[in-house]
Amino acid sequence: MPDAPGLELIRGELNDAHPDAITGSYFEHGSACLICDPVQIRDVLAWLRDTPGQEYTFLASVHGVDYLPAEPRFGVHYELLNMARVERIRVRAALEDPGPDALPEIPTVSDEWPTADHQEREVYDFFGIVFTGHPDLRRILMPEDYVGWPQRRDFPIGGEPVIFTNTERDVPGWYA
Amino acid sequence: MKVEREKIRANLPLDEPDANKSLLVRQMRARDLLRGDIDSADLEKHVEEAVLATRLDKVLNWGRANAIFPATFGLACCAIEMMSVVSPRYDIARFGAEAMRASPRQADMLILSGRVSIKMAPVVRRLYDQMLEPKWVVSMGACSSSGGMFSNYAVVQGADKFLPVDIHVPGCPPRPEALLYGFNKLQRMIMGNPEIGWRTRYSAHGTEEWARDLGKVTDDARDAYAAARDIAEAAGPPASGQPGGPADVPGPPQERVDVPERSKVEEGRFI
Repeated sequence: MPDAPGLELIRGELNDAHPDAITGSYFEHGSACLICDPVQIRDVLAWLRDTPGQEYTFLASVHGVDYLPAEPRFGVHYELLNMARVERIRVRAALEDPGPDALPEIPTVSDEWPTADHQEREVYDFFGIVFTGHPDLRRILMPEDYVGWPQRRDFPIGGEPVIFTNTERDVPGWYA
Repeated sequence: MKVEREKIRANLPLDEPDANKSLLVRQMRARDLLRGDIDSADLEKHVEEAVLATRLDKVLNWGRANAIFPATFGLACCAIEMMSVVSPRYDIARFGAEAMRASPRQADMLILSGRVSIKMAPVVRRLYDQMLEPKWVVSMGACSSSGGMFSNYAVVQGADKFLPVDIHVPGCPPRPEALLYGFNKLQRMIMGNPEIGWRTRYSAHGTEEWARDLGKVTDDARDAYAAARDIAEAAGPPASGQPGGPADVPGPPQERVDVPERSKVEEGRFI
């Protein structure tokens, strides 16, 4: 785990290699995180993997987050692991919400890190984040004909109401 | 069902001494009822067949109820309790349902043991459709009965939204004894003697907890109860003894029990 000064060193080196790619960094609860421009996510991840001295070769996890009402709304987290030093670093791509009629987009990394294939499908399944260039982007856990992105924070939290004898008057369409 | 036989006394499956006599009495009563509608020769034949068929149905349902093959089908944590029902400690073999079949074609009871996710619901429905008639469904636990604690996007809120359920066993999860108790109720239903419920048996309609408001029955609750009772009575009595018949409707036609008037309500008790 790089500590807070180590994280700033990595950020500085990344800034030299890819200017404007890193928009922020923070060290909280013992974990280091780089906030990244989603367009350059592939360059950043490849730099962290291939640069001598960094060598975060293992993509441990890809997951989505909905930060509503914060802006930018969506985040895609990439957890990287250096297995020799057992150091972890998180890269967070911050995505704007394009509105109700469009889906946020980010380039896929599944060709370079094959483990990202299913995990990007899962993020797409629950958050509706489109990974451009993904070879087979379709729902993985929810039924294929499901409508909606159920892990978004504006998705209704409850299921359909259940009719009991004491609620049948409140359920519309049931009790005339 | 058509039964061909020469004489009514020839091969009765009953060994009680008065069987022939009581059967003859029933035959004569039926003959009296039908006289005028059917002619003599046809009348004799019809009566013999009808009387024998009803007795055969009873034997058949008795056999069905005591030789049920449940499907080996677990959905979630309730399945652990369902498995222990087969164990020697609880031993569903006492009721003849210990032969869990791995194929829906050989099973005639489906125990929904756990939450049914919306992705699993079509599979469960297909399993149910593949079972041969007659077949029964037991909804085990809160989740498959009403969604339980899973009030979210992934779980069907009650399995009776997509298949007919005969018995709901409450609990989270139900004890194995509770499942056995529910199974016994199902057996009684199959044998044409469904439970009427203690409220009907003791004429206690109108004492439901939800019908009370701080000890007083509210007008809304009384109206709701009266409307629900009208709907249930308009639906008529169930086809009792028919496999797959509705389970939640009260069995024999009952007397109408009036909701107590408001003046009779004192201190939260019905007089």
